[in-house]
Amino acid sequence: MEMVASGAIGREDSRLAMIRRRLALSLRSPAPYLALLGFALFLGFWHLAVEVWQLPRFRAMPSLGAVVGDWISRDPIYGLSLFTPEYYAHIWASLRRVLLAFALATALGVPLGMAFGWSPAFRRYVFPLFEILRPIPALAWVPLAIVMFHGTESSVRFITFLPAFFATALNTMLGVSSIDESYLRAARCLGASRWQTFRHVVVPGAMPFIFTGLQISIGVAWFSLVAGEMLAGEFGLGYVIYTGYTLVTYPTIVIGMVTLGLVGYVSSAIIRLVGRRLMQWHARNLGIEG
Amino acid sequence: MSQTLVELRQVSKFYRDGIGIKQVVRDCTLDIERGKLTVVIGPSGCGKSTLTRLIAGFERPTSGTLMSEGRPITGPHKDRLVLFQESALFPWMTTEQNVLYGPAARGEATPQAMQLAGSLIDRVGLTAFRRKYPTQLSGGMQRRAELARALVNNPKLMILDEPFRGLDAMTKSLMQEYFSGLFQEMQATVLFVTTDIDEAIFLADRLIIMTNAPTRVRKVINVDIPHPRKLADIVENDSANDVKIRALSILHEEAMRSFGGSAKASADFVQAYAARIGRTDSMTPGNPAP
Ligand SMILES: Nc1ncnc2c1ncn2[C@@H]1O[C@H](COP(=O)(O)OP(=O)(O)OP(=O)(O)O)[C@@H](O)[C@H]1O
Ligand SMILES: [Mg+2]
Repeated sequence: MEMVASGAIGREDSRLAMIRRRLALSLRSPAPYLALLGFALFLGFWHLAVEVWQLPRFRAMPSLGAVVGDWISRDPIYGLSLFTPEYYAHIWASLRRVLLAFALATALGVPLGMAFGWSPAFRRYVFPLFEILRPIPALAWVPLAIVMFHGTESSVRFITFLPAFFATALNTMLGVSSIDESYLRAARCLGASRWQTFRHVVVPGAMPFIFTGLQISIGVAWFSLVAGEMLAGEFGLGYVIYTGYTLVTYPTIVIGMVTLGLVGYVSSAIIRLVGRRLMQWHARNLGIEG
Repeated sequence: MSQTLVELRQVSKFYRDGIGIKQVVRDCTLDIERGKLTVVIGPSGCGKSTLTRLIAGFERPTSGTLMSEGRPITGPHKDRLVLFQESALFPWMTTEQNVLYGPAARGEATPQAMQLAGSLIDRVGLTAFRRKYPTQLSGGMQRRAELARALVNNPKLMILDEPFRGLDAMTKSLMQEYFSGLFQEMQATVLFVTTDIDEAIFLADRLIIMTNAPTRVRKVINVDIPHPRKLADIVENDSANDVKIRALSILHEEAMRSFGGSAKASADFVQAYAARIGRTDSMTPGNPAP
């Protein structure tokens, strides 16, 4: 009954009430509690397995207490915590690389995918080559990248960029070719030029696929970034993890991993949000169906 | 001004299919008269949609000529707009943006055009849905929005290819009465394609019955039932039932031909059907005889 009442207010009182209502609704649904429970179980198992039961493979692992203790300490034993500037310097180094690579991958991948989808002739020339290069794992490029760019920074960026670029281009192409012929026909019938058809039909029609591509793109960017930083970095979260291993400061490894998880999650959540903003017609579409 | 808007002379269309060449339209000659609602009816798969694509200008005939106002049809034009079997509203535009798309694309979005768009949206009963996206509209609303999007361009000919296929029986009969009234009022020239004999007779000024594939005109029947028509009255109307029996006997012959049946079976069918019509008092419009 309360829900009905707050629904009525939400309509009159716009934004704030709507946010409050959504919050109330989500607290009423079991989802957040289940998620919390999942976290609690995982952390509980970690703690017990390492410190209490001392299970065979877990004995040498850093304990929950050691990791969290160091992470929130003003004076961390292993040198990295929420209170040390180096922590943020590493995050920033990784983030900068990912954002640069992602931006370049988007700037080049979207137009290339559009061209693939829009022009069959162009596709016939370039796509086979693209399809051979695409499955080569980013890591396989590391040696050549180092030779090509002479320095580590550019080569790390390059291998971060490469798979992101392929994912974006491929999904954009799928998006363009997924557009129903009848939309193109309707546009033509109503007097749209080729360029207008491209702008008003092809671009928005491919948008859902493009955003799926961008989600994949940022995911693979983080993936290959860390691999690159482990091999050739001087900064960044991949570097933190790798030096944690070589210097036997195990809690640092876990701090690096958890941080990666959080930053990665936030970056793809932002893309999802931007996508939803740009494609309100699509979000609503899903909302009605879901 | 000549009475005939569009004329087809000896039009044939062949398609290349898997094994060889297939003729879909054969020596088809027909006229579409100004200000009349011409219904084309024919067995499923006979080539009706092919005919509409030829008239709209999306495809060229293999032989024969198609003329609109005495000039050959060379491509799609806003003077001949089509509502295809499948909805082609742009999902990323609101109802209003969809309706205005034609004028906007041609750079003709003048205040008058906007006003016309507004009044057409009112006229098709979508005033409250101006700012909604197509997926937020029901099937019947989508059809009406699409109709408004076509009508705003003042087409000389509206082509509707089974526009009510897939709507539920109730919505379908509402839409039939609605369209009949609207076109009558606008004195529009309409080519309406259907496989439903009741729909055909209810809407038609002229009924064109097509043969099986390869299709051509089998018979033209003028339907002189005064407007405005009501679905409920048509069932009891003698001249409507007369047209229906004549049309059905021809359609049945065509259907039997494709199944390799005899003319005798066809005659029996029509006789049985005529006997049924004798007892029309118990028939309701939503529930026509088989
Ligand atoms: N582009 C094409 N290439 C090859 N064959 C085609 C093509 N378009 C239509 N056909 C064939 O032509 C025939 C007639 O098709 P069409 O869609 O015009 O029939 P229809 O009368 O509209 O059918 P329906 O009642 O199912 O809508 C079909 O056998 C179809 O397979
Ligand atoms: Mg058809």
